[in-house]
Amino acid sequence: MSNEITIKIDGVEYKTQEGEYILNAARANNIFVPAICYLTRCSPTLACRICLVEADGKRVYACNAKAKDGMEVTTSTEEILEERRAIMEVYDVNHPLQCGVCDQSGECELQNYTLELAVDSQSYMIPDTKRESVDWSSILHYDAGLCIVCERCVTVCKDMMGDAAIKTGPRGGEKLGKELKDSMPKDAYAMWNKLQKSVIIPSNGTAETNCSDCGECIAVCPVGALVSRDFVYTTNAWDLKRIPATCAHCSSGCQIYYETKPASIEDNTEKIFRVTNEWNYVSLCGAGRFGYDFENRVNGKDEIAFNNAVDALTKADTIRFNSLISNEEALMLQTLKEKYGKKLVNSDAYAFQKFLKYYGKPSGHLLYGSDFKEIMTTDFVISVGASLRNDNPNARYAFNNIQKMNKGAGLYFHPIADSLIADMGKNVVSFTHKVGLEEAALYLILDLFADKEKLEESTKSYLDSFHFTETITIKEKVMETVTETVVDEATGESKEVSKKVPKMVEKEVEVERNSLVTLLGGNDKFAETFEKMMKKKESFSLIVGEDLYYHPKAENLAHLVALIEKSCNMKVAMIPPKTNSLGVALLCELDEKVEGYTVGYNENGDFRLSALGDGDLDMPAMNQQEGTLTNMHKRVTPTNAALEYEGYELNDLMNALECGELLTIDWTPRLASKRGFQALAFDDLPNGYTNEGQENRGYLLKNLGRRSGKNEPKPFSEKFVIEGEIAYRCNPQRQFNDFSDKAHQIFETFSLSASTAKAKALGEKVEVDFGKSTLLFDVVADERMEGDIVSIPDFKSANDIYTLFGSDRYKTVTIRKV
Amino acid sequence: MSLEEFKNRNTGQQSYKMLDIKHTPQSGIGKFGQVVERTVKGELFVGLWVTLREMGNALFKDNMHTIKYPLEKLPISPRYRAIHDMLRLLESGHYRCIGCGLCEKICISDCIKMDTKYDENQRKEVTEYTINFGRCIFCGYCAEVCPELAIVHGGRYETASEQRASFSLFEDMLTPIDALKQQKEYDGFGAVSPNADDTIKQTPLAY
Ligand code: SF4
Ligand code: SF4
Ligand code: SF4
Ligand code: SF4
Ligand code: SF4
Ligand code: FES
Repeated sequence: MSNEITIKIDGVEYKTQEGEYILNAARANNIFVPAICYLTRCSPTLACRICLVEADGKRVYACNAKAKDGMEVTTSTEEILEERRAIMEVYDVNHPLQCGVCDQSGECELQNYTLELAVDSQSYMIPDTKRESVDWSSILHYDAGLCIVCERCVTVCKDMMGDAAIKTGPRGGEKLGKELKDSMPKDAYAMWNKLQKSVIIPSNGTAETNCSDCGECIAVCPVGALVSRDFVYTTNAWDLKRIPATCAHCSSGCQIYYETKPASIEDNTEKIFRVTNEWNYVSLCGAGRFGYDFENRVNGKDEIAFNNAVDALTKADTIRFNSLISNEEALMLQTLKEKYGKKLVNSDAYAFQKFLKYYGKPSGHLLYGSDFKEIMTTDFVISVGASLRNDNPNARYAFNNIQKMNKGAGLYFHPIADSLIADMGKNVVSFTHKVGLEEAALYLILDLFADKEKLEESTKSYLDSFHFTETITIKEKVMETVTETVVDEATGESKEVSKKVPKMVEKEVEVERNSLVTLLGGNDKFAETFEKMMKKKESFSLIVGEDLYYHPKAENLAHLVALIEKSCNMKVAMIPPKTNSLGVALLCELDEKVEGYTVGYNENGDFRLSALGDGDLDMPAMNQQEGTLTNMHKRVTPTNAALEYEGYELNDLMNALECGELLTIDWTPRLASKRGFQALAFDDLPNGYTNEGQENRGYLLKNLGRRSGKNEPKPFSEKFVIEGEIAYRCNPQRQFNDFSDKAHQIFETFSLSASTAKAKALGEKVEVDFGKSTLLFDVVADERMEGDIVSIPDFKSANDIYTLFGSDRYKTVTIRKV
Repeated sequence: MSLEEFKNRNTGQQSYKMLDIKHTPQSGIGKFGQVVERTVKGELFVGLWVTLREMGNALFKDNMHTIKYPLEKLPISPRYRAIHDMLRLLESGHYRCIGCGLCEKICISDCIKMDTKYDENQRKEVTEYTINFGRCIFCGYCAEVCPELAIVHGGRYETASEQRASFSLFEDMLTPIDALKQQKEYDGFGAVSPNADDTIKQTPLAY
């Protein structure tokens, strides 16, 4: 890379990137610098000050000092060590001696650094303050007594999640004595001074965080102060077996570890106790972290059911499934199609597959050009057609992280305003447009960002047609010189004095306007705001969501997206609707409609294969099988079986149908028969991160090119704008599918969500009439939603919400109170 | 005997003494004569005399050299490592175990298991604790590692029973609450040494 620089750490030369923090440069080169409060991918807070190093003779904090070419860094000197030791002594002041029961059970950074810095005596003391342990939500348990106020939880919640649900609050502790200031090392004093004043509290002023319950704060806590309520005091970390895996709930496909041990003395079956992650490099959501116990327990192989299933599959015309399956399983189903001509129906991947096809033609490649990791490095991000908060946690984290870390700006186009997104940064502008105007949104983006040279004449003039100038009167402050005659009281002389006074004048100015802004519900002042947002911005990105795939104008939208990618120098990534929708879209040829005798795999059907335990033949759930998943970062990642499964697998059925392999994972290298995949054996797939933070999981899909055509998107029409009572197919946070629903720590119910005002108007229970059928729902108020559109979840496959919505994501419905 | 003598295997030169033993009779008469002689000689009672004397002592003088097991048992050394005891705090009667799991971790035969939970008093409660005595090798590591002197080896060495499980649960090992007064401090494996007071260092505080 061009901006590679050389720095010297402890006398040895290393290469790093310009602008990299010293700490990260050291870590990438396997050099240890103690650091407690710093989190990779979040802003440095300087709470702990232990990362003190010397750079070119000056004391700096490694976590927030940037490396410069030729810099010489010394990681420890006698003075620095003394300072660090004092810091650790201070951290140990009044820390309760309950390591024996603490849930950190030895994986504790406070213990580690205390030993590392050889703290063997205590020089400081202060009376202790009683600090209670409290529950912040149905998930979070905070023990203020153990908290060392490193603020990592606060940082991650703000910079990564975007909830900013917690902050430091008053501790009520005694003040530090004045004499300490002069007598102790100054960084240790500064750190103690802050520590002694603070504990962590919910930032909304109540006792409850009322947040996304993602549990990332728990993951980053270096001590046992934050633990999930379910996990508190149930086991020691060292008793747990870590199984590297990929989260099965959404298309983000996060790296996770299932941590298991036998359930109890009475029950010796292996059980998942918690899920952990490499939190420096990946952030989970609540579904991934807490929705882990969805396994399908069976007692052995049910031969009769198996034979029935073989018969059913032989007889079947259609196999209906969803994208909660591995790539290997998807390939198996596709093999059934190729060999026996079965129809394959998958509601979530079908629209996405079509959209990718529409997109592929003008763009010239199979897949969207960028991914969410890359998007996170840009400084201007736009989201269209995604309910960011609910659809995909990591797309939302990227949107937020850009605001917080890259001094970024964001545009959020969605029919339902979301206060969480709006609050992510002061440079976030939300367009709450009417349903059906997604094309207009893309045209506006094109107009705002495109390099007009690259556009076809027709498109250019089409865009120009929205421009108009308006004469508006603005009030302007001008300085006016007024001359007054004043009489000097002493002498009686009169004098002329002139002075400047401000005056408001009205002025007429011509401003350029864009009618698309108004159409999309934008503010009059958008042009001015936009100018400010664009300041110092260099890289741009676009997140495309599910609304565009389920859209009557999906084709045109896909063409527009391709055009934006080409002409706006914009990185584009799409959110696949469900866990492995991308894998399924690439591996299977899908059909639109269910026909004839149907075998459902985790879906409704005449014969049901199910990993939910309620089907005609049991299948293993995702935490019970090996295989790979394709995530939205276009990466094929391996996942392992955390729990045993004794029943039949899809591969067994394949064998009975004479097209199986010995093991499911023998299908992994066979994926290469489909475009983009590689012929790698399952056991050769890595699953981890390097010290530099490089993702080393599975492999990246190749984004193969294809013949591209001319791209002249059609003008948008307002024909598809829908109004009235509208339902939106959208799940609550932390709830993605039947499996997250099965987990005992995911409490979100299958209810209709609405903004607080709308929920109040609707009452407790409603009947939603979809025309063809009606469904009863409880109403849940979602404080962060705004407007009148209500959300209907689709996570229960038995309710077949996809069919009710058809090829759209929004639907006009009639809602009746009951 | 010196080493040289010991190593000298030349028996001929050594001073062996030959016993004056009669030759074993060969004839029928001779053999019969030997039997008669041995029968009437009363040699048996020479040997039995000590036994009979001790029996008399035991029965009539209450002076016995053996233990009337199982009515009587010998005191055993505190260092003996028999079935574990779980001790209680003398003041409150609460069990001492804090559920830290160190014994479970250190156990060399992996035979300790415990269940814990968060209780109403915000403490770690041990809901169940068990040692599989079919696997325990009575090494004493668990007692040694316990930071609370909660698990100790007791003196209960009779481990025959219909089911091992009948003494391997928490409540089986725990001092019965009504026997708290009789609970003895343990001075065996892992206990504080008798001179602990002399060797203990104060927490090094600079203030
Ligand atoms: S709860 Fe944990 S992460 Fe948060 S400030 Fe306290 S010690 Fe740090
Ligand atoms: S659970 Fe997630 S959203 Fe809630 S406070 Fe913790 S980090 Fe923030
Ligand atoms: S549900 Fe999605 S975002 Fe959440 S942990 Fe799983 S893969 Fe990551
Ligand atoms: S005595 Fe040894 S083998 Fe027996 S339970 Fe204790 S540690 Fe395990
Ligand atoms: S080591 Fe002692 S305190 Fe810890 S669990 Fe075992 S018996 Fe209980
Ligand atoms: S890690 Fe740098 S100040 Fe805490």
